[in-house]
Amino acid sequence: MMTFRKTLLLLAATAAMALPQMAGAARPWMLPSETMFAGSGNEWLTVDAAISSDLYYFDHPGQDWQPVVTAPDGSTAQVENRAIGKLRQTFDLGIRTKGTYKIAIVNEMLMGNYMLNGERKMLPRGTTAATLATAVPQGATDVQTATARTRIETFVTAGEPDRKVFTTTGKGLEMVPVTHPNDLAVGEAATFQFLLNGKPAAGLDVVAIPGGIRYRSDLKQMDAKTDAEGKVSFTWPEAGMYWVSLSSGGRRGPGGEGSGGAPGAAGPQGQPQGVGGPRPPMGPPQDRATYAMTVEVQG
Amino acid sequence: MQISHKIVLTGAAMGASAVAMPATGLTLDVTLALPRLSVAEYHRPYVAIWLEKEGAPARTLSVLYDVDKRNNGGVKWLRDIRMWWRASGRSLALPADGISGATRAPGTHKLSFTAGKGGMPVLTPGKYTLVVEAARESGGREVVRVPLNVTAAGARGSAGGQFELGAVSAVLSR
Repeated sequence: MMTFRKTLLLLAATAAMALPQMAGAARPWMLPSETMFAGSGNEWLTVDAAISSDLYYFDHPGQDWQPVVTAPDGSTAQVENRAIGKLRQTFDLGIRTKGTYKIAIVNEMLMGNYMLNGERKMLPRGTTAATLATAVPQGATDVQTATARTRIETFVTAGEPDRKVFTTTGKGLEMVPVTHPNDLAVGEAATFQFLLNGKPAAGLDVVAIPGGIRYRSDLKQMDAKTDAEGKVSFTWPEAGMYWVSLSSGGRRGPGGEGSGGAPGAAGPQGQPQGVGGPRPPMGPPQDRATYAMTVEVQG
Repeated sequence: MQISHKIVLTGAAMGASAVAMPATGLTLDVTLALPRLSVAEYHRPYVAIWLEKEGAPARTLSVLYDVDKRNNGGVKWLRDIRMWWRASGRSLALPADGISGATRAPGTHKLSFTAGKGGMPVLTPGKYTLVVEAARESGGREVVRVPLNVTAAGARGSAGGQFELGAVSAVLSR
């Protein structure tokens, strides 16, 4: 009996460790040191990037994400002094020209499984399209894969906001501003459109949470659902940095496809429903997409 | 920007009154108090004064900062007048004649703006808000909003701050 319980606990612990780092309440984010710059040509932005439960504190092991910066003219700008710590990474960006900059972290992973010698094996974590061929051993059959795309963004503007950086790739979840993300203020409504693989992401749950969670009782999460055009609006109750995020896909079993809840909408441990009961048979893996941006609301 | 501003104002005014005459020749006198603060490190606040009207771009009347810094260096910290920076500051080229000015010491100050000069527009009748924002280095920041119901005869209004601004009053008259 004792042994049986220990085994169960071990299994549970292993399952928890195997959860993707972004599942559940762990929230991926970037935090800019400023969002408004004078545009004098010699200013510096510092950005922190991390995955955490509390916004915006470092409380979770991070990942070696590569940031990509789009300068106001649409070209790619280089970050400097990039350092990767245990709980966060940080980097600097020279703000040389006027206009809006987009800082993005885009991650694409393959999930899936295959049959080998009569057993179903999982693809190792971190598999990408480039490494799939080596990740699947010879003799494997019935290879099933799905893509998990994560896009984390933040925006800063020197001088007046402009819109040249808001081009989309048609992959995963992406944000198209109706209201410019560097033009938000207390008491004003802001509208954003979300696309999933280039098409309006309709009917998805979107959350907006102000930073500073650790020292308050009320999470102050605002919930909204995208309309048929993938649009969602928030009216900001107070000034500060907000984390705005949504996800799609990734749920397995009945009703799973495309009904992705917002990150953090599950229980405190990020467990899907039905834990403890018999698991539904494992269906083919579903594509997943997650988007998270940090925006500053003036007040 | 100037042209579209006037079109919007005229349109709004025509809706409100059949004989909406621009209130030309009016002067806006703004009296504002900067509190004397007993703090170890005191720097005079940066102050921005602007006019808002729904549906029209904000109009900066005055911005007080370190105008004498070398290489226009005071401009770098203007974004710390955050609400003003978003509403109007970031679209301006500074320094600007009749708008930029030096910081002021604690006390009561009177600033006058003549319609059509500097940043002061010719006002058509309607509901405006005069906004004053003060931001102090190593200190606080405060926004005071003074509603102004402008008629052909002028307008008057007042409001008060608690931290970085004292009483603010405005009189629009001939």
